[in-house]
Amino acid sequence: MVHLSARRRLVVIGNGMAGMRTVEELLARAPVRHAITVFGDEPHPNYNRILLSSVLAGEKTMDEIVINPRSWYEEQGIALRTGDPVMAIDRAERMVRTGSGQVVPYDDLLIATGSRPLMPPLPGIAMEGVVAFRDIADVEAMLAASRSHRRAAVIGGGLLGLEAAWGLKRLGMEVAVVHLMPTLMERQLDAEAAGLLQRDLSGRGLHFFTNAQTEAFMGSDRVTGLRLADGREIAADLVVVAIGIRPNVALAKDCGLDVNRGIVVGDDMTTSDPRIHAVGECVEHAGQVFGLVAPLWEQAKVCAARLAGDDRAVFVPPPLSTRLKITGIDVFSAGQLGAQDEADAEVVFRDAATGVYRKLVIRDNRLVGAVMVGEVGDGGWYFDQMRRGTDIGPIRDRIIFGQAFAGAGPGGADPASLPDDAQICGCNGVDKGTIVAAIRAKGLTTLEEVRAHTKASASCGQCSGSVKALLAHVTGKAVAASEAICSCTDLGHDEVREAILTRRLKSQAGVRAALGWKSEDGCAKCRPAINYYLLCAWPGEYRDESRSRFVNERLHANIQKDGTYSVVPRMWGGVTTPAELRAIADVAEKHAVPTVKLTGGQRIDLLGVRKDQLPAIWADLNAAGIVSGHAYGKALRTVKTCVGEEWCRFGTQDSTGLGILLEKALWGSWTPHKVKLAVSGCPRNCAEATIKDIGVICVEAGYDIVIGGNGGIEVRVTDPLVRVESEAEVLEYCAAFLQLYREEARYLERTAPWVERVGPASIKARLVDDAAGRKALYARFLFSQTHSQTDPWGERASGAVDAFEFKPLAVVDAS
Amino acid sequence: MMDWIEIGNLSDIPSRGARTVETPRGQVAVFRTADDAVFALINRCPHRGGPLSEGIVSGRLVACPLHNWVIDLESGAAVAPDEGCAERLSMRVRDGRLWMNLDRAKAASHG
Repeated sequence: MVHLSARRRLVVIGNGMAGMRTVEELLARAPVRHAITVFGDEPHPNYNRILLSSVLAGEKTMDEIVINPRSWYEEQGIALRTGDPVMAIDRAERMVRTGSGQVVPYDDLLIATGSRPLMPPLPGIAMEGVVAFRDIADVEAMLAASRSHRRAAVIGGGLLGLEAAWGLKRLGMEVAVVHLMPTLMERQLDAEAAGLLQRDLSGRGLHFFTNAQTEAFMGSDRVTGLRLADGREIAADLVVVAIGIRPNVALAKDCGLDVNRGIVVGDDMTTSDPRIHAVGECVEHAGQVFGLVAPLWEQAKVCAARLAGDDRAVFVPPPLSTRLKITGIDVFSAGQLGAQDEADAEVVFRDAATGVYRKLVIRDNRLVGAVMVGEVGDGGWYFDQMRRGTDIGPIRDRIIFGQAFAGAGPGGADPASLPDDAQICGCNGVDKGTIVAAIRAKGLTTLEEVRAHTKASASCGQCSGSVKALLAHVTGKAVAASEAICSCTDLGHDEVREAILTRRLKSQAGVRAALGWKSEDGCAKCRPAINYYLLCAWPGEYRDESRSRFVNERLHANIQKDGTYSVVPRMWGGVTTPAELRAIADVAEKHAVPTVKLTGGQRIDLLGVRKDQLPAIWADLNAAGIVSGHAYGKALRTVKTCVGEEWCRFGTQDSTGLGILLEKALWGSWTPHKVKLAVSGCPRNCAEATIKDIGVICVEAGYDIVIGGNGGIEVRVTDPLVRVESEAEVLEYCAAFLQLYREEARYLERTAPWVERVGPASIKARLVDDAAGRKALYARFLFSQTHSQTDPWGERASGAVDAFEFKPLAVVDAS
Repeated sequence: MMDWIEIGNLSDIPSRGARTVETPRGQVAVFRTADDAVFALINRCPHRGGPLSEGIVSGRLVACPLHNWVIDLESGAAVAPDEGCAERLSMRVRDGRLWMNLDRAKAASHG
């Protein structure tokens, strides 16, 4: 046990990503070596700055980009001080002095003050409406502006500027991008790639002004626009400046450390004072300053090793790769942009029609640069060849076509053959070793879990495939991939649903636009799914889109092989009356219904009805008090019952009455797939409750609720959920289960495969162990039902809804 | 011999939907796409004769309600891997009015 007093005192100035990564690395190496105090400027805990663009784009919330919450500092025994910044460093006395006059001594000091956005010294720069794109306050200002204003201009067509522009566009603003250079992202892309990118972004509604020098901001209180040097004026209610960063060096400079553009550090991340270290965007190493995240992680690693007493650790700037975090836009760049002299050779592949471009720069049979637009799946593989200096001579003739064509070759991206330090996730700087270790140590089995634990693939998601391959390699099992909904998107059902909720998407077109759908209109697969997800997410708000419904749900009847329909009236709990039967018989005779058949769900099917007959049949049934049985829908079908204690010698409870109660409560709700219930009055189970989506089996002591059964293609016996004592509890559990299924199962997934997929234990945990959660589900279900219990037959029989559906547009006679 | 017959208004057909027209040549499905293009096919899927008018329309495609064959509205041809073709009729839209020609469409070119 080391006493606190024996610890070295480490003071960290700056609560940003580089500083905290250093602290994390240090704690991992030497947990008790230092007593740590951290000073932060912003009143927030430490957060992932590179994901600010995702917050702006609505893909993440502020909470989601917090790296370490305040509780983490407490758990680690770190004293976190925000709001009282360090004003001076006293190197002779080895202490720092804060704005409030407090003095904190140190044995080791770490400066991680980061950088400030570069703001041009132009007239009007201080006006309201002019912001940088650097911290949470900037993002909040941008979000606020998007709610009250329409036009935005972004100065800077680099990585950050474009992400800002796209975020604002997605928030509904008209966005102009003003860029000093002739082409976008000129440090990462060659002219051709930049041209393709600009074409793509223009197609998505961004406006570009290149070769454009901003001369002044217009406006008096709030900015109204900007004027370019060539006289052009651009109207804007919000101007975002994203032209670069400037290292924060004031503290270092004032105390006499060596400072050029940044704080000068050696390979050991130590400044000109051996007690003082520096990492991050504030440092200058070998004449270079740093803006991307990968070298920062490397600096943190080296600095932590040094602080922990390892004298061998040295910083070597890693090669860099860049990806643009804009959904649906694929751009990758690493290393040289082009040949620099005669020893370099360029290999180019170009398909202008599909917007695919890729250029590789090769020197001495080694890959030294890659620029890709359109299809960037091989970016990681190329980058790995570059990092390891692979001799690509043997595959040079086909390397441009990517890994699949070139063959994995020595050290290819087959995950099994990658070294542990091979970077898998460029956005979050996660290497293979980290992922493999997390999978093994924590027993991870899904992509989502790996994402949660390692952050790999948590940002742009382009490395998801590699992470899945690693997962499969380590666990030896095929990974339950979140399969794409359809060919319109690469996203799976769960991802789309999450986006609908977190980004508050409320229309089909909105979902397709926000998630980068590849087809404007969607297709017959995704449209019904999205329609359902929106209905489920926003009851009462989203209007059901009949054109995205399968014919049966649009016409509220079941299409048959000959194009006629079947009509199945609801028979509550399978109980009917002579009057109802007579009405049905009359309808069948009056409309010459060819076939009348009993269904397996205890009701009557009228088969062979022509579409134009439907409204009249419904009107006649309605007149007898009979409503739709939803036999055609992904909805509650039947509640099958036995006669129960009223008549049966063995009956223990009123199973028929309970079935009717359930059916009256649950009918009308739309679900991912059809739902069938049954209530049996005793364990003899005559209503076959153990092969239903929800079954209730009455016993002397109460009611056993069972879930996830199926009597169809793949017979599955239910899992027990709970035993309860009252009908009210039965109703609450059944409705809560149905709501959980509605909210979390995938479209067209029956309860049986869903229960298998998530496990009955997880459903029990949500419904039985978590009473508050169950009651919340029940409440959401009841609310949703207030918008869904209208008889669709009644609406149509009266001609009030979709009357055109049942009449031909015209009748053309033979002449 | 071109014989154009007025059958109704563009606005009579729901966007991304279809209406039927009874003709001496059988029931015809008249489709309206999201961008207000109009196409007409004999209302029988080349697979099992399903009523194409009841399918989900997306882009220039309709999915047959019976077995999900996808038919190209412009040519009437089934989208690969399925093979077959629904018969196409010529349509014209003038000032929001729809005109249909019951003669066999000339450009029925597909493989």
